[in-house]
Amino acid sequence: MFNDLARMGQYLGQAARALVGLPDYDTYVQHMRTTHPDRTPMTYEEFFRERQEARYSGGAGKCC
Amino acid sequence: MQNVLPRLGWAALAVLGACSLAVVALSRGETINALWIVIAAVSVYLIGYRFYARFLAHTVVGVDPNRMTPAYRYNDGLDYVPTNKNILYGHHFAAIAGAGPLVGPVLAAQMGYLPGMLWILAGVIFAGAVQDFMVLFISTRRDGRSLGDLIKSELGPIPGVIALFGTFMIMVIILAVLALIVVKALTDSPWGSFTVAATIPIAIFMGIYLRFIRPGRILEISVLGFVLLMAAIIFGGDVAASPTWGPMFTFDGKQLTWMLIGYGFIASVLPVWLLLAPRDYLSTFLKIGTILGLAIGIAFVAPQLQMPALTQFVDGTGPAWSGNLFPFLFITIACGAVSGFHALISSGTTPKLIESEKHLAFIGYGGMLMESFVAIMALVAASCVDPGVYFAMNSPLAVLGPTAETAAHTISQWGFVITPDVLAQTAADIGEKSVIARAGGAPTLAVGMAHILHQAIGGKAMMAFWYHFAILFEALFILTAVDAGTRAGRFMLQDLLGTFVPSFKRTESLVANLIATALCVAAWGYFLYQGVVDPLGGINTLWPLFGVANQMLAAVALTLATVVLFKMKRQRYAWTTILPTVWLLACTLTAGWQKIFSANPKVGFLSHAAKFSDAIARNEILAPAKTMAQMQQIVFNDYVDATLSGVFIFVVIAVLLFGIRSCMKALQEQRPTVRESEYVPVGEAAGA
Repeated sequence: MFNDLARMGQYLGQAARALVGLPDYDTYVQHMRTTHPDRTPMTYEEFFRERQEARYSGGAGKCC
Repeated sequence: MQNVLPRLGWAALAVLGACSLAVVALSRGETINALWIVIAAVSVYLIGYRFYARFLAHTVVGVDPNRMTPAYRYNDGLDYVPTNKNILYGHHFAAIAGAGPLVGPVLAAQMGYLPGMLWILAGVIFAGAVQDFMVLFISTRRDGRSLGDLIKSELGPIPGVIALFGTFMIMVIILAVLALIVVKALTDSPWGSFTVAATIPIAIFMGIYLRFIRPGRILEISVLGFVLLMAAIIFGGDVAASPTWGPMFTFDGKQLTWMLIGYGFIASVLPVWLLLAPRDYLSTFLKIGTILGLAIGIAFVAPQLQMPALTQFVDGTGPAWSGNLFPFLFITIACGAVSGFHALISSGTTPKLIESEKHLAFIGYGGMLMESFVAIMALVAASCVDPGVYFAMNSPLAVLGPTAETAAHTISQWGFVITPDVLAQTAADIGEKSVIARAGGAPTLAVGMAHILHQAIGGKAMMAFWYHFAILFEALFILTAVDAGTRAGRFMLQDLLGTFVPSFKRTESLVANLIATALCVAAWGYFLYQGVVDPLGGINTLWPLFGVANQMLAAVALTLATVVLFKMKRQRYAWTTILPTVWLLACTLTAGWQKIFSANPKVGFLSHAAKFSDAIARNEILAPAKTMAQMQQIVFNDYVDATLSGVFIFVVIAVLLFGIRSCMKALQEQRPTVRESEYVPVGEAAGA
């Protein structure tokens, strides 16, 4: 029951962050571990800044 | 037996939808409940999604669940990430939803709710959602490349450049019209101006918090930002009432214009983390939350529609915008039915996040259905407002006369009986000095939302809160769009100028940055200023230009989709994209032509210019101009607007001709000639 609640919270948090274009950090870390074990993944803070810069600096796609 | 039950279910839904549509369409002379519109719309969406979207996905383009998507092929955990389809749906919807679907239907309500509703439903099923889905499909098959790139590779480099240039011009008009909506909503409204101004320090505080105090904790700071925002709305009432602070936040249109231009310039050269990003978080969450809240509110309150199904203004003499039902209704309701701008989003981040091609219809087609539903809610909200109040808010002062008495008199003569007391009472309810001549859609929508939401929460005492909440909600994401759009425009411009002066291409150069930003702000600022000083309210001129541009971009995207279908050797299904293209071309070319050449000076730019030039020749000054210089300015503006309409027509016809040429070429080939990225089946290692 508590596991389910925690999973749901995680899912909702992930969905909320996706609304503003921030991908899931855990997925990123897992991806780095499996495909690039030789490289150190960014910390969450670095990851956040990198994504923020990438989303807005190129002129974000925003609609009317 | 197993097949019978679902079929019965769909048949029942079809009957329910048809009955609701019948109630909506056939009720005359009595008010109907908004729920009939909502039920009709939802039935149409479900049936359209279940049957037409599936047909498009499986038969027309042939999605292949075994084909690896770019999200897997280029998976980097950052730009390319396979994403759960429900989460991606939210991401995509948040990116396409903006002020467009909220404002267009409100303006269209001057003809009654029926024409607008029918176009929103028919348009989304056969044009808007088709476009979003097709572009998403095309981009997903091509590594998630952008619309300009796709046109370049499928139609040729020249139409690619033409389309890019067209996109930049459309961007300028969109920014001007969005900014104009904010100006119209905040003019002489200290409460509104204070709350919108308060978003700037709130966003900066959030930005600093996210950068230095607790980096990257978006959700907790957004909650805090939301609380501060609500406090700003409540406190705004006291500010407006205060004899010292109230006047400090009371601005006229011109002052607000200069502030917005200054704001647009500063905000788009600041680092993104300080202002743009945090306000985007706030506005996105508020937008999604408010849309959900409004949906629940409409279902819970079940308001009666006050606006008639059809008004006498279907003949094109309406006060909010001029022009006949065809083509101008189809121009006025832009984003809720079909929006060319979505083609940029569908070829932006979304295709890089698609997990499987079988999700394309849900995200692309389904996302647009939700956008359309937002438009239906805006139409409902506007139609719940007393028609007398609606016309008082949306007609220009030049028509209504200076006082509540003259306004009430004029509107009552149109057949919408209203007394000056009702107008004064409405203004008092929402905490404003006056509701007269507040065109632009946002204030009307806010009155409608306040009308619905106060019945759900708070009662009459909360009406002013809900009104300013709705204004803030719109202003917040419009300001984000102005800021992000100026940035995007600046990059486009630097790219464009860079072909002549190479040093301009260096986006990190401060000088190049400042010059390109200034040019971009000047471009939309020019149209904004022109709209603000326009005696007919500006929306009259700018909104049709925006609609024409946006729908033309949709025609360009659908032309691309048609070419791709021909190149895939699936031309027997190309009617799915050709029909909406033809319809959009008919609407936009007629509207564009009329905007330039119509003999009616209310519609045509050239005849309007001629009217003023003739007056200048006679040495006569026509209202609203007060000096000869202003007269000349009006003539000049008319020529600029006419030229712009001409440019849009040129862009769309050029792309169309190139599209036809590509289709003919593809027909002569024996085999498919599409340029998709290499086929990799699901399960193989990426890049292998």
